[in-house]
Amino acid sequence: MSVEAFECFVGIDLGSTTTKAVVIDAAGTILGRGITNSRSNYDLACEIARSEAFVDAQMSRLRSALEADPVLAAHAKVLGPSLERSFRHRQHLRQLATLRRSCLGLSGETEALRAALTAILDEMQVLAERMFSGLAGADAKKSEFFRDIAGAQFQKLAEGKAEPKKLPYEDIVGVFDKAILKVENEPDDLTFEGNAREALDRTLDRYGKQGVEIRAQALAALDDLLAHPPVTRCSVGTGYGRARLPFPKAQIRSEILCHGLGAHAMFPGTRTVLDIGGQDTKAIQVDGDGIVTGFQMNDRCAAGCGRYLGYIADEMNLGLHELGPLAELSTRRVRISSTCTVFAGAELRDRLALGEKREDILAGLHRAIILRAMSILARSGGVMDEFTFTGGVANNPAAVRALRDLIAENYGERRLNISPSSIFTGALGAALFALRDAQTADAAAGEAAGADTFQEAQA
Amino acid sequence: MSEQRSRSEAKTDAATEVEVPKEPSMLLQKELISGHFDKLAEAHERGQKVVYTFVPGNLTELLLAFDVLPVLPEINALQAGMRKKSGAYITEAEKLGHSEDVCSYVKCDIGMARTGLGPTGKKMPPPDMLLLSYTGCFTFMKWFELLKQEFPNAEVAMLHVPYQGDGIVTAEMRDYVVKQLRTEIVPKLEKLTGKKLDEDKLKGLLERSARAEEDLVWVLESGKHHPSPIDGYFGGVFYIGPIFTAFRGTEEGEHYYKVLREEVAGRIARKEGPITPLGPLNDQRYRIVVEGPPNWTSFREFWEMFAVEGAVCVASTYTKVGGLYDFGFRHDPTRPFETLSDYCLGCYTNLNLPSRTGMIAKYVKDYQADGFIVHSVKSCNSFSAGQLLMLREIEKRTGVPGGFIESDLVDPRYFSAANVKNRLESYFQMIEQRRRGGVGAASEVSP
Ligand code: SF4
Repeated sequence: MSVEAFECFVGIDLGSTTTKAVVIDAAGTILGRGITNSRSNYDLACEIARSEAFVDAQMSRLRSALEADPVLAAHAKVLGPSLERSFRHRQHLRQLATLRRSCLGLSGETEALRAALTAILDEMQVLAERMFSGLAGADAKKSEFFRDIAGAQFQKLAEGKAEPKKLPYEDIVGVFDKAILKVENEPDDLTFEGNAREALDRTLDRYGKQGVEIRAQALAALDDLLAHPPVTRCSVGTGYGRARLPFPKAQIRSEILCHGLGAHAMFPGTRTVLDIGGQDTKAIQVDGDGIVTGFQMNDRCAAGCGRYLGYIADEMNLGLHELGPLAELSTRRVRISSTCTVFAGAELRDRLALGEKREDILAGLHRAIILRAMSILARSGGVMDEFTFTGGVANNPAAVRALRDLIAENYGERRLNISPSSIFTGALGAALFALRDAQTADAAAGEAAGADTFQEAQA
Repeated sequence: MSEQRSRSEAKTDAATEVEVPKEPSMLLQKELISGHFDKLAEAHERGQKVVYTFVPGNLTELLLAFDVLPVLPEINALQAGMRKKSGAYITEAEKLGHSEDVCSYVKCDIGMARTGLGPTGKKMPPPDMLLLSYTGCFTFMKWFELLKQEFPNAEVAMLHVPYQGDGIVTAEMRDYVVKQLRTEIVPKLEKLTGKKLDEDKLKGLLERSARAEEDLVWVLESGKHHPSPIDGYFGGVFYIGPIFTAFRGTEEGEHYYKVLREEVAGRIARKEGPITPLGPLNDQRYRIVVEGPPNWTSFREFWEMFAVEGAVCVASTYTKVGGLYDFGFRHDPTRPFETLSDYCLGCYTNLNLPSRTGMIAKYVKDYQADGFIVHSVKSCNSFSAGQLLMLREIEKRTGVPGGFIESDLVDPRYFSAANVKNRLESYFQMIEQRRRGGVGAASEVSP
């Protein structure tokens, strides 16, 4: 290991809807996470998530460096987040620029449409400045994708621009739906190395008098960090699309193993893991070391998986993240038995036609999904203590509530763990496998070296 | 769409000719089976009678003693599956009103019956008799009721074999079956053929059966060697072919098992593994016991999923559906009717869950397996019910992990390659991880 480089380990989880990357250090500590919903091709998705995770990793290293410095430590709380915001601001502006280009490219000759789009995008630009101003409450959540943030803004603004006959709402929003794909499928070359200095400069400028005082020291800390770039010692890939990752077979692990190990790392008391992802639902039993002892997953039918909620959201014209909170408002849950993804839309329309409330239907749908998961859990051997819930659906409060209720009904008291970064569980497990692989290789090399000396001693 | 599909199916059909790897015994086996289909095509022209009957509890020696040719509908269905023809037959049967949930063997067979052809494309003679030997699965009875509708002129004979509900065969159970053989089955066969039963001929056939069974058991138990010279599941289905179908008790059958035994003995001496679709499997990383029938429509792909991981199946229950010879049973020429009864009573389909569980647990230990996999098929209620319970119990008794995969026998719509592969990969990696003790202790990080 070179003295200059900083050794790290990468796990990539190539899911059906999102791709996640986690970077850890030699002690197994998480340094950075990256996520993308780019779906155009696996290589690109993998690259976007990885580079995002590295930016995040460098950022967290810088934060640690600031905290470790006796002078800078007092300012770390301000500088760190502000630097991060500055990065994300830039990223957002770039994506907005791509969106504008692509919207106008798709708008055709219709003057009215072009004018409406330009006006909407101008307003979004203003909103962007406000979002990243650092004022309390104005900050965009990190977990949200550009698609969700921009989509919500765009739709709202489009409502104001649409005119019943001349410029239908659907036409305006239709352009966005196509244009956003372009944004998601464009590689993001915003590296830490290329932008950190400028971002820190800007941050210090805005930090007033104190910024002037600590400038030299802060920049030196950054330079020191840049002089020890992170070097990937080993990567492991997992997930639905793992076979397509540009990795040799030895560096690919099944998502079952990765989820088991990742959940164990997050919550060492974990014995049962439920993962509801976009395409499948898995129930995994692990031992005290995070080693998988058994598992079950859905069969070829993907009913009741994350995609199902995706369809429902599309059908209701809502963002995926809005479903759970809306269902939480329910006072009278509708009983729904089918979790067939294909019929999701029809089921929903039927219920609405019967006069049921949206929130009540949604509450029923969430319970139906969890009921299916319960059957897979039962097949895997039940729910042991502690129980960890992972995957995108673990972020959904209505799903969590249904799960909590059903576990209590069927298994009694269980500790339910959900990490706010649960979506990274598989990638974390993969990164830990990468670390273990490296440790095994080191041990083997050590043994071989030891054997040589032993033989020499014998001779 | 359907046109397109049948075209691509036709293409793969030609490819099935090279679908499975060839060892001398396999070529011989193939010759035997296709020879049988050829013989069947002309049976009625020669004045020979044809009897349809099932693999579990088949009375081949008795039929051959009457010079009657047996037809095994499950074999036809699985052969059609391997030749990628089953999908179209099943669709045909569903058009006739058979539900999606009916055993796909049945639907494939009914669809095929309408064409008048067998799985090899040769003419398939209608049955002169439907001999239902009822061992464990209720579907057997319904299946023959349907065939009776298709072939109203066929005679029907039913042998009721009591289920081993308590896991044992009592003297009363045996007597009950013997009585039916004497008073129902033999008289009906005599009437059908116009011949008296030649007991000496029957004894001669049973004698040859016993010799072939001896060789078969030797071959199946060779899976205990390291490396295993056979694949006792994917390869096993070829090994059981002759003895489970029309060749038990025949000279060709006996000869086949001699050849097979020599072939396997050679591999043991050379410390070689079986030949798989990916070539010889000498480097065996996982020794696996398998429960449940294979998937036939993607047979090769399914086998490859094991072979590519270095997994060899050392033993399986499916290779026992036509008889549990490795637990000591041999046909005994000195007591022909009693031995045929014992044979029927002892088939795997006639066993209860505790017996099946015990059997698999014993295989895991005797064959020093690293794990066992349950392949649960949607079609087969007899096999699939209770499989998860068995899995837990076997895990408990043996301490080795069980894997669970799901597909179907011959309905191509129920084989999701990605799903099966994903589970198998995860399963083998799980064994590997446990073997290595998790590759060092897990490092813990805060959430
Ligand atoms: S249900 Fe199972 S045992 Fe019964 S006929 Fe079908 S495959 Fe055979």
